[in-house]
Amino acid sequence: MSTAEPLTTADPLSAPDLGVVGLSKQFADHRAVDDLSFSVDRGSFFSILGPSGCGKTTLLRMIAGFTLPDGGNILIGGRSMQGVAPNRRPVNMVFQHLALFPMMNVGENVEFGLARRGVQRGECRRRADAMLQRVGLAGASHKRIDELSGGQRQRVAIARSLVLEPTLLLLDEPLGALDLKLREHMKIELKQLQASFGTTFVYITHDQSEALVLSDHVAVMNRGRFEQRGTPQELYYEPATAFVAGFVGANNHIVGRLTGVDGAIAEIETDAGWRVHARKSGTMTVGGSVEAFVRPEVVSVEREAALLPQDHVRYAGEVQSLLFDGANSAVLLTEERSHFNIRVALPQTGRLASLEVGERVSFSYDPRRAICFASDGAATSATGSSMPASSHG
Amino acid sequence: MHGVWQRRLMLTLLLAPALLWLFALIVLPHVDLALLSFRERTAPREYQAGLAQYRTFFTEPLYWHVFVRTAIMSMLATALTLVIAFPIAWVITKVARGRASSLLFVVCLIPFWVSETVRALGWLILLRESGVLPVLLAKFGLTAVPVELLYHDTTILTGLVYTSLLFMVVPLVSSLESLDDSLIEAAYDLGANGLSILRRIVIPHAAPGITAGCIVVFMLTLGNYLTPNLLGGKNSQWFTELIYTQFIVRFNWEQGAAFGFLLLALSTAIVALGLRLSGQRFVDVMRRS
Amino acid sequence: MIASLHRSAWLRAATVLYVAAFLIFLFLPLVTVAVFAFNNAPYPAPPWRGFTFDWFVGNESSGRVGLFHDAELLGSIWTSVVVASWVTALSLAVGTANAFLMERFRFPGRQALSILMLTPLVIPGVILGISILSLMSRIAEFADAELGLDLDFLRPGLPLVVLGQFSYIATIATLMISARLKRFDRTLEEAALNLGASHAAVLRTITFPYLAPALIGSAAISFLMSFENFNTTLMLVGADPPLTVMMYGRMREGASPVLNAVSLFLMLASAALVMTLMSRGSRGAPARTGARSPN
Repeated sequence: MSTAEPLTTADPLSAPDLGVVGLSKQFADHRAVDDLSFSVDRGSFFSILGPSGCGKTTLLRMIAGFTLPDGGNILIGGRSMQGVAPNRRPVNMVFQHLALFPMMNVGENVEFGLARRGVQRGECRRRADAMLQRVGLAGASHKRIDELSGGQRQRVAIARSLVLEPTLLLLDEPLGALDLKLREHMKIELKQLQASFGTTFVYITHDQSEALVLSDHVAVMNRGRFEQRGTPQELYYEPATAFVAGFVGANNHIVGRLTGVDGAIAEIETDAGWRVHARKSGTMTVGGSVEAFVRPEVVSVEREAALLPQDHVRYAGEVQSLLFDGANSAVLLTEERSHFNIRVALPQTGRLASLEVGERVSFSYDPRRAICFASDGAATSATGSSMPASSHG
Repeated sequence: MHGVWQRRLMLTLLLAPALLWLFALIVLPHVDLALLSFRERTAPREYQAGLAQYRTFFTEPLYWHVFVRTAIMSMLATALTLVIAFPIAWVITKVARGRASSLLFVVCLIPFWVSETVRALGWLILLRESGVLPVLLAKFGLTAVPVELLYHDTTILTGLVYTSLLFMVVPLVSSLESLDDSLIEAAYDLGANGLSILRRIVIPHAAPGITAGCIVVFMLTLGNYLTPNLLGGKNSQWFTELIYTQFIVRFNWEQGAAFGFLLLALSTAIVALGLRLSGQRFVDVMRRS
Repeated sequence: MIASLHRSAWLRAATVLYVAAFLIFLFLPLVTVAVFAFNNAPYPAPPWRGFTFDWFVGNESSGRVGLFHDAELLGSIWTSVVVASWVTALSLAVGTANAFLMERFRFPGRQALSILMLTPLVIPGVILGISILSLMSRIAEFADAELGLDLDFLRPGLPLVVLGQFSYIATIATLMISARLKRFDRTLEEAALNLGASHAAVLRTITFPYLAPALIGSAAISFLMSFENFNTTLMLVGADPPLTVMMYGRMREGASPVLNAVSLFLMLASAALVMTLMSRGSRGAPARTGARSPN
């Protein structure tokens, strides 16, 4: 349990802002956080991405001090948080529904933490006003909370925490309650705020797009453990596990049996007899069951097979439905022999916008840009729902 | 949908019972009571308008002494009830969870389904000189002989607080229930301690419930007859007893009516003051409780 | 979730102690009343002299008149039942009408009326009693002197008791029924009309079944509150007192354990009523609005 020693003695200046060592939490028969260790560098934007129930909220609440861990340690700015009450930790939290105090106006909300530290009244006001100005809410300090728009509330919640100059700002899916348009806007705003303040942000979310857009580093969490940690690009292009491949970004999920290996490329055959190729990740044995992931944008589709690259295997398919979504438009194809449904992104030029349901087309992809893993049974069930369009025809 | 005509008819039919109820049983009786209190009897069956009853009240020290005493005791009982009920409401809403919480709430309500008469009987048996507590105290040597625990002001206050608890617990629970736990966590997170959370977050949020509870408890205590009368005996000196005496024992209805109006005025004034102080609206508060 | 903040051991212990002390305070008087209903002694006081059912079943021959042979007490229970039934019926009818009036109609003076409907709750019960007593007596006197009519029902007695209790219990019934009617989704009625139901049929098949829990709840509350009312009743009572007034009178003369017996009976009856209500699944509504039993 106590593997924490090396970190506790570290020089506080060089220590990461957040260090988590062997952290565990058990709820009845459910292991919410399972022997987790990681650290977050100073000034970075770190996201924890996972489906609901993966333990990310428990992890965040343990960092904030609202939930006591069963084992392990949390270090903030190099200092152990064991026995430190939530109101004495150098972390602040932006709550899921913001938890702005409705009985106080905007200014009082921002001043609240300062006043608790015994900062003089005038000084409180000065700092709160300066902070409100920085988040673009100058002059709003006399407004009531219910007079603010969703985006403004968000900024007040962040201002209320940042005015205390915490080592670490925790954000618990704060964008979840906003509508789509505002959410897109707030993503950008949040990233800019973090960049301008330079405070370390730890952000939890179940929305992979938020995590990818906002973060310097993302950890994908599942069943109380991190499946993978890395930059958004690494997670997207080099998923370490089938779970990550299925959870981060859209992906076609193809389950089959390994029929052969040619260097780095594996050959997979589905039950319906469709033969596909993908880059091998990890060890796998011929005859064992594997799962491959092919991203929609990796697949090329053409009316004429001859237009597809020469060196890729070509498949014939039929347009099953058109999924028009502006620049994200895609088409759902049914592979001719196996009737497997595969989602294919359409070129953004609009070149194939005239495709019609029922039309016969050809498609192919570069197998080095697809990836396959040995099945471990557990992960497959979690990924099955990640992209409805990839159901097995 | 409905014709205009039909709606008019429906409206009239529905208004009739409401108006009959409110005017025949509330408005007119009180107007009559007011008129009654403002008339003087000059000779048998001869009356004229005058302030004699109110003059009597202010010139007779016993009367206004009892009046002031009743008001102060009622305020004291209200404050005590709030202090005792608040932690329980807090435990029900924020500490106990799930079944334990609802069970505790129901258990707190149970005694109040039983008549106040029964509860007063319980206190009588417990507290009178030959009662359970004095006998126990004497047995354990805490007092030399069984002492009379009835007929003290403390006894009256105990009885009044006991009777009033429910009316405080219920509005407090409903107002604390709506307090989002994340607000408290957020305040902790921003460095607040228990006391400042209570002062800045919990009490401002629960203010409507506190006001509602205090108003109802104060009013019920002020207008209570049974508990002060039984537990206080001759020492109770409760204002409602004066009203009863004037009306039922002495048949001096004019004087009784004046006393009744003074009590009503006091009750209304305190209720209005409470609403003003906490910035609440009457309708909202009553709906809440 | 404040439970999730790690509270120190002593704070937890203090909480448990406080709750325990509170519950003892709540139940001590009731338990005492119940226990002394079975004490084999002429007064409900210690010491304990053994167990007896005399205070329930005793008759003249045993020297102790138990509850089941005490005609006066039994009569007052019956009086209370009759009064409570009247009050319940009246309150329910007027409360339902008021709920529809306030929730479904907009008319000048509606706001004022809704405030007026709440006032009975802030008028002390004693004053409700004397004001009704004085108005009704004066009407009766006037009728007697000027018109030669003998309006006996306006003199202190059960009809006045019923009116006095009804005057504020109607408010409670109104609040309970309105609260439920307010939450009613009116598109259900529109759907029924759209499917060809008449207005009467909609009321019968959609609206009233929806209101039923509130109607049952407020009937139970009205009955209970009428049964337990003391302050208003005391001012209006005539020759035949309801149970609470009768008990009060006997308590002033010096309590006899037969009062404990009748109290225990009351507790069991209330408990049965509450259990029935709760098992109907409408726990929240009646339990909470039980809070409203003032006066």
